[in-house]
Amino acid sequence: MTIELFIQYLFAGITYGSIYAIVAIGFNIIYNTTGIINFAQGEFVMLGGMISISLLDFMPLACAIILAVAITMVIGAFIEIVFIRWLAAPSVLRMIIITIGISILIREAALYIWGEGVRSLPYFTGSAITAVGIFGARISPQVLWVVGACGLTVLALSFFFKATPVGREMRACAANRKAAILCGINTGNMVTFSFVLSAGIGALAGCMMSPITYTQYDSGTALAIKGFTVAILGGLGNVGGAVAAGLLLGVVEAFSVSVVPLAFQDVISIAILLIILFIRPNGLFASKEAAGLRAF
Amino acid sequence: MLRIRNLEAGYGKLKVLKNISMHVDPGEIVTIIGANGAGKTTLLSVIAGLLKAGKGEITFKGQDLRSLPASRIPRLGCVMVPEGRQVFSPMTVEENLLLGGHVVRSQGSRVLQGLLDYQYDLFPILKERRGQLAGTLSGGEQQMLAIARALMSRPSLVMMDEPSTGLAPLIIKGIFAVIVRLRQEGKTVLLIEQNAKAALGIADRGYVLETGKVIIQGPSQDLLQNRDVQRAYLGREKIEA
Ligand SMILES: Nc1ncnc2c1ncn2[C@@H]1O[C@H](COP(=O)(O)OP(=O)(O)OP(=O)(O)O)[C@@H](O)[C@H]1O
Ligand SMILES: [Mg+2]
Repeated sequence: MTIELFIQYLFAGITYGSIYAIVAIGFNIIYNTTGIINFAQGEFVMLGGMISISLLDFMPLACAIILAVAITMVIGAFIEIVFIRWLAAPSVLRMIIITIGISILIREAALYIWGEGVRSLPYFTGSAITAVGIFGARISPQVLWVVGACGLTVLALSFFFKATPVGREMRACAANRKAAILCGINTGNMVTFSFVLSAGIGALAGCMMSPITYTQYDSGTALAIKGFTVAILGGLGNVGGAVAAGLLLGVVEAFSVSVVPLAFQDVISIAILLIILFIRPNGLFASKEAAGLRAF
Repeated sequence: MLRIRNLEAGYGKLKVLKNISMHVDPGEIVTIIGANGAGKTTLLSVIAGLLKAGKGEITFKGQDLRSLPASRIPRLGCVMVPEGRQVFSPMTVEENLLLGGHVVRSQGSRVLQGLLDYQYDLFPILKERRGQLAGTLSGGEQQMLAIARALMSRPSLVMMDEPSTGLAPLIIKGIFAVIVRLRQEGKTVLLIEQNAKAALGIADRGYVLETGKVIIQGPSQDLLQNRDVQRAYLGREKIEA
């Protein structure tokens, strides 16, 4: 393999990997505050892409993206308030069924609104054939947008969780819900907020990736599987683990193209998911606190 | 300050509390003693709103507590230090304290800092450990943190569920000294204890809970002299007597 090809694969891997990481972080935020795996996470990504594409007819790109993220956040809040909030102590199975139901609902609504067509946002800078040279490899500037936006999202999130009162309260809610209530924290609002946050970062990722991967009413499903794999791989609830595992899966997938046919690429992540579930159900970087998966 | 009338509560079909009535006046230390499983923790959980009562009345400073969600109750000045400490293990000591100050956050960082300083004065060890993760503290330090976290909300009534469990005698002494100091500073304390002798030693009044009912109540001195109390909860003292 030439060095150019190697770098080409590497960047492709990092691009997809950072998207997987963002989807996985979306899973983790909701898991941490509620113990729920939100299987509609991929739909937030699709909604971000679709809504921004529709808005683009009326406004410049940056505004369309910001508004699409905001609208998806509102949808996230709406979903939590309508479907989740009133459940007193739902079983894990019930939550899985409810969130899968929500994902089907959103997908069907998207099919009704946008049809089956494949759409995409334009490249943020240049066009499909613009490329910057890095060590002789030709990289689309959109790749840099994706990686940059995902990187910034992770930094912003860690600042939010470490240094702001609301972030601290969300972590408290995750660490010990009863104690959080005894401190006077409204844990119900924290749960709503975790849906809003997950929806927002999912939608942002959906906008960033749309020029490269295109957006279709059902493009969230495959992403949710990848994101879920990454969340498990990194250890459920572990944000740093999600970043590492996301990049790992993205790179493995990208390089797998040189070994197995393209059509088998998705098989790889499913295979990794199954293997991990068998041999390291707490993830590669598991800490003791993250052992909640055993409850399934 | 706190008034409970004909309270009944339980878990599903299991009735734990049966027709409980009690009151706590401002500036008092009141203790509830009782054997394992008597329903002491259940009673505190109902007052704190974590568990919904079946019947009866709970009022705090004249306000009905039963109709409020649990997270609103600390705002009124009624706070609970739960059994088993329940600190936020993956967070630092200082973060734990700041979370305890959640309900006074809107009063500004000056107030919050003042409260932090107060806790560090009350428990100097916490100041030394302020950057350490709460989960890595010793049992005694965790108990101090749990108390300090509750005090961060500037409560008028502090309810403590067995703060002495599993601690060395010297640490227990320190914690009881803090409770006495709180009363001197005008706070009211509702103290649950297995360690009946020590609790009655500092309390003004006490209630004895047995299988969900108040069977004896009165001033601490009377309870310490009471033959039934001596037999059941002060066992060793009776043999010595
Ligand atoms: N979450 C629960 N679900 C069902 N039953 C419970 C629950 N919590 C407590 N109980 C039952 O209620 C009764 C009273 O328990 P509680 O914890 O109030 O006792 P306690 O007086 O605090 O005892 P201890 O001194 O051991 O802490 C016990 O019989 C217990 O088994
Ligand atoms: Mg108890």
